[in-house]
Amino acid sequence: MIYKLHIWRQKNADSKGDFEQHEIEVSEDTSFLEMLDALNEQLIESDKEAIAFDFDCREGICGSCNLVINGTPHGKHQGTTTCQQYMRDYADEAELWVEPWRATAFPIIKDLIVDRAPFEKIIQAGGYIEIRTGSAGEANTIPIEKEVSDAAFDSATCIGCAACVAACPNASATLFVAAKVTHLSTLPQGQMDKKRAEKLLAAMDEQGFGGCSNYRECERVCPKEISVSTITTMNKLLYQG
Amino acid sequence: MSDFELDSHTPKGSLETRWTQHKFDLKIVSPANRKKYNIIVVGTGLAGAAAAASLGEMGYNVKTFCFQDSPRRAHSIAAQGGINAAKNYQNDGDSVWRLFYDTIKGGDYRARESNVFRLAELSTSIIDQAVAQGVPFAREYSGYLANRSFGGAQVSRTFYARGQTGQQLLIGAYQAMSKQIDEGTITHHSRCEMQDLILIDGKAKGIVSRDLVTGKLESHMADVVVLCTGGYGNVFYLSTNAKGCNASAAWRAHKQGALFANPSFTQIHPTCIPQAGELQSKLTLMSESLRNDGRIWAPKNKEDCDKKPEEIAEDDRDYFLERMYPAFGNLVPRDIASRAVKLICDDGRGVGHAIDGKKLGVYLDFANAIKVHGLDAISEKYGNLFDMYTHIAAEDPYTTPMRIYPAVHYTMGGLWVDYNLMTSIDGLFAGGEANFSDHGANRLGASALMQGLADGYFILPSTVSNYLAQQKPLDITKTYPEEEQALQSCKDRIKQLMNTPDPQKTPDEFHRKLGQIIWNACGMAREKSVLEAAIADIKALREQFWQQVKITGSDETLNQTLERAGRIADFFELAELMCIDALTREESCGCHAREEHITDDGEAQRHDEEFSYVAAWQYSGNLSVPVLYKEELDFEFVRPTTRNYR
Repeated sequence: MIYKLHIWRQKNADSKGDFEQHEIEVSEDTSFLEMLDALNEQLIESDKEAIAFDFDCREGICGSCNLVINGTPHGKHQGTTTCQQYMRDYADEAELWVEPWRATAFPIIKDLIVDRAPFEKIIQAGGYIEIRTGSAGEANTIPIEKEVSDAAFDSATCIGCAACVAACPNASATLFVAAKVTHLSTLPQGQMDKKRAEKLLAAMDEQGFGGCSNYRECERVCPKEISVSTITTMNKLLYQG
Repeated sequence: MSDFELDSHTPKGSLETRWTQHKFDLKIVSPANRKKYNIIVVGTGLAGAAAAASLGEMGYNVKTFCFQDSPRRAHSIAAQGGINAAKNYQNDGDSVWRLFYDTIKGGDYRARESNVFRLAELSTSIIDQAVAQGVPFAREYSGYLANRSFGGAQVSRTFYARGQTGQQLLIGAYQAMSKQIDEGTITHHSRCEMQDLILIDGKAKGIVSRDLVTGKLESHMADVVVLCTGGYGNVFYLSTNAKGCNASAAWRAHKQGALFANPSFTQIHPTCIPQAGELQSKLTLMSESLRNDGRIWAPKNKEDCDKKPEEIAEDDRDYFLERMYPAFGNLVPRDIASRAVKLICDDGRGVGHAIDGKKLGVYLDFANAIKVHGLDAISEKYGNLFDMYTHIAAEDPYTTPMRIYPAVHYTMGGLWVDYNLMTSIDGLFAGGEANFSDHGANRLGASALMQGLADGYFILPSTVSNYLAQQKPLDITKTYPEEEQALQSCKDRIKQLMNTPDPQKTPDEFHRKLGQIIWNACGMAREKSVLEAAIADIKALREQFWQQVKITGSDETLNQTLERAGRIADFFELAELMCIDALTREESCGCHAREEHITDDGEAQRHDEEFSYVAAWQYSGNLSVPVLYKEELDFEFVRPTTRNYR
């Protein structure tokens, strides 16, 4: 398969970026990122600088990779990350447009790499359950209904990739915040901190993310398929205290 | 290099009381004095994040570093199957003693009894800690925690969170760490890589880091340095490790004098998705838990290998693990399963894609499990793993068997540490996969998470405190000549990489070649002549690397090509030591299968009289002539026997 690629290149946060054109031939069993690896090998061989992009585990769990492919965060194969896209998923396409996450809160560091440090600040504002090492009681003293535990798990699967922000017209991080609040605040261990939702949302505002106005784009692109119902859960906690 | 006395500082007395007594004997720092001490933690996976959070809570000043853009992305996150703990919730006869025994036996009697017992003892507290943090472990309908049997264990002691146990535990540790960052006890540096260790009067007092965004080299000084920088499986190029996993921090420490133990002990995991093509950048593990319900088979006849699995009659299938190991069947330990798979494929009975003319794969079949337990039950247990397989292999495991082949997964070897997890450099500690401590020659399933967290939450906080209690805080506002020297040597090294005399080949091209050499020589089977040839090949290729590696771009900005080249340069040196270690160990044990020391029926032959030791290697200034120190292993409580899983 031969593709015409338009890849976003940008030196740093202060410079102006643009699309750069390339052509590549790869087999359908190649992953999208391996296609970029191959392109980078060619670039280095022809004395050009490799395209910078984030990746690490390449098995869809670390949350590092983050490309917008033909306008969709993570690409057309839904319910998974960029690294789990395979070229066979793009058999019908001849041209591929590859861009970084776009959001005011995430300045571009270089090419396709953005700075997601604002997500760290949100977690630091209260996205945890306070428990000093060594002070925990015996684990089975608090039984937790399976449904409650499973529901908490469904939101705990968030990998912090920030596709939700990239897809949102408001560049809001509400789904990310709601997933964390739902994970922690629905478990009995996490119910002590009544202000968690408030603190995390305040941090979200402070970091320059927009608010939620129910576009539900976030849910569509979430690689872990976290539901916007977590936002309802969070709102309930917020208003009922 | 000066002579060195190898002392494991293992306590004496009854095994049950050793850690308790030792903890009492350790010195402590009073709360008022803790903020006077600075601690550097490099690597923020399970071990590093847990250690940093715990030390931060205690009131020390902690500085943490990771190369990823967030500690939440460390490769601990990819551990799927679970974490062992001797809770005996299932009332099936488990105990600390049994977990200890299984781990020692599983490691083929090449681990320290004291360390392993402590690990088993601490396992239960880890579960308490994680549950309190909000880790959503699987539960029964009763609301109590669920367990499963895992990786050859005959009791159900594994706690799990669907197929994402590592992710959930890491998020727990990361959140604990985030709280400390907010409180100001931890200063964290993401996208920052350790370049070298700084010693003052032989003691670890700091590191040089490179900011991966700006390229800036900086020195950071402290009273103690803790490396939790993971394993070195990526030396093989293709492995289940994340692409960024590297040995550089540990290796640079080794070159400063830290002994490196059992470097050839690398675990090859039996259930990975086979390689599909030349461009492949990594291999993906399918959790070992799949072996609880999946049956492994290959065609009995070579002629059937090209057929679709559905077309091969039941009678023409060889369920070889069940045949060879009737007692444990598909649940034999990883090393044994991997070797059996290799044996079948070497025999020409592999299936799937051919790589270099050889089909490297066998079937892992769920048809029977689906028939017995129903589709829903299997999907509930393994749904996410099946989805992952479907994405990658473009086949549906609900209707056709998975194909699997062994891949490098974990490294039992690592920096040598004493009972306190201190390396042979005073003030340099190592935790998690970065050290060699608890798994001997083979790690059991669901025990990597256990070890990382035992080190991070419970051992390092006590032993690092003990060390600090005996140190006068270093004045870190001053500049030390050792800092300047270290910075200069890091600058020189980068300059050398950026300006090779005859730049021709990309770093990855070298890495792929190195990977092939080491996989063939120091993978599932090792042999004297092959290892000797590999050492020569590695040396020649390493020389070529420093002549011909080509890095474009600048070192004063984000440059992933340069990052990779720096890591590969270290892999080249470590690879040689791995082969030397494998060559020296003239026996088979655990993962280490020397062709010359295999019984007629294919079992590993240990030689306890000669090799019941930890091989700890010291850098001599010449990579090819390292100095071997032997730490003899005493078995006071478990009698080493021949592992028998038949």
